[in-house]
Amino acid sequence: MPTLEDLSKCVIKGNVAKTKKMTQVLIDEGVFPLDIINKGLIAGMGVVGVRFKNAEMFVPEVMVAAKAMSQGIEMVKPLIAESDMPSAGKVLLGTVKGDLHDIGKNLVGIMLESSGYTVIDIGIDKSPDDFVQAIKEHQPHIMGMSALLTTTMLHMKDTIELMKEEGMGHVKAIVGGAPISQDFADEVGADGFAPDAASAVDLCNSLLN
Amino acid sequence: MLIVGELINASRKAIGEAIKAQDAEKIKKAALDQREAGADYIDVNAGIFVGKEADYLTWLVKLAQESTDDAPCCIDSPDPKAIEQALSVHRGTAMINSISLEKDRYEAIMPIIAGTDLRVAALCMSDEGMPETANERLAIADKLINGLLKNNVSLDNIYVDPLVQPVSTKDTFGLEFLDAVEAIMTEFKGVHTICGLSNISYGLPVRKAINQNFAVLAVGRGLDGLIINPLDKQMMANIIIAETLIGRDNYCSNYLTAYRSGKIE
Repeated sequence: MPTLEDLSKCVIKGNVAKTKKMTQVLIDEGVFPLDIINKGLIAGMGVVGVRFKNAEMFVPEVMVAAKAMSQGIEMVKPLIAESDMPSAGKVLLGTVKGDLHDIGKNLVGIMLESSGYTVIDIGIDKSPDDFVQAIKEHQPHIMGMSALLTTTMLHMKDTIELMKEEGMGHVKAIVGGAPISQDFADEVGADGFAPDAASAVDLCNSLLN
Repeated sequence: MLIVGELINASRKAIGEAIKAQDAEKIKKAALDQREAGADYIDVNAGIFVGKEADYLTWLVKLAQESTDDAPCCIDSPDPKAIEQALSVHRGTAMINSISLEKDRYEAIMPIIAGTDLRVAALCMSDEGMPETANERLAIADKLINGLLKNNVSLDNIYVDPLVQPVSTKDTFGLEFLDAVEAIMTEFKGVHTICGLSNISYGLPVRKAINQNFAVLAVGRGLDGLIINPLDKQMMANIIIAETLIGRDNYCSNYLTAYRSGKIE
């Protein structure tokens, strides 16, 4: 019988078919479903996250590993009551108004999900109003905004201000994207900034703990 | 091949700091180095300076032209006021980078270039999002080219940028771009295509090598403009060789000139 460590290795290698097969074997063998997720699938992805941050693994490898992990999780999910599904916290993500870039945001989403967060991605070109409505609906712990253009990054400020007006100060606002810096994040009143997708996970961890 | 030197961009740390410190010599040197390395246009970008972009952009144009005996600039901004102010001091015929099919941008930039001799980069992006396939790019290029022609911009002054996306995020992004270059150059005889390269290698190691190889593939499909770092000698040599190989170099004379001046190693 494969071990949970073998399953982790499969995820790290990004072998989707083998990950699914092995997950099925572990389920059939009666391994505790939450262990399959936490000690197998997510543990493997945790290693990928660290290697990505150290530039030992790269974007396509992260993407295929995440795919292996999430397909494994989908198989285990039906065996677990929804309330027992582990979640490190809920993060809402979107790209600001007038900005159609989504690659960086998607990568942040993948890294967060891989670290056990529940991610709600509301998409691109989202106005301050869209963000506030989505926060009302999904009640996230953290709201992350992405902007790739110097012309659109100012909308981050509008969104954060509107959140405060709406009494959503308890939701942490984080920002990222190529033109964004820590200075800019401070200027617009964000609770945090991360320069890349792996650091975004660390940022969320530190904001929630 | 039209080479636009990309180095004077405020989002590059050294240049951003030079602009902030108003270090004219640094800007002048960056312009001259690129010109001497073979840049036809010097790109100028002050995008990160919200509120001061127009003044800084104008300052950059003045310096870049002063140090290069009036090499034309590629004015890299989405803000019509900043572009107009920069154009007011520009000598010769500038290039505008860029118009796109996004409604706000299209309406802001078109009046500046309509009926002029300005060259323009036309970015394949619309309000519907980023095109992923060659056909989606061609559809946007079609609307942009026809819109520009209707506004009395000549086909020869239009440089369509089909939009490079990272191959690390989708296997087909390189191919779809290359197919788009060929389709645009075939459908609209006389138009040009241009692109920056760095997006292609996002998320992968040794990006320089990927960029250099992608340039060659794109030239092979008909690309005739590049926004690059002209100080990258391997890149410049690759481009010269690629053009020779696809029949854009009579009697291989550019290649041989480059060889004699030590540019081919």
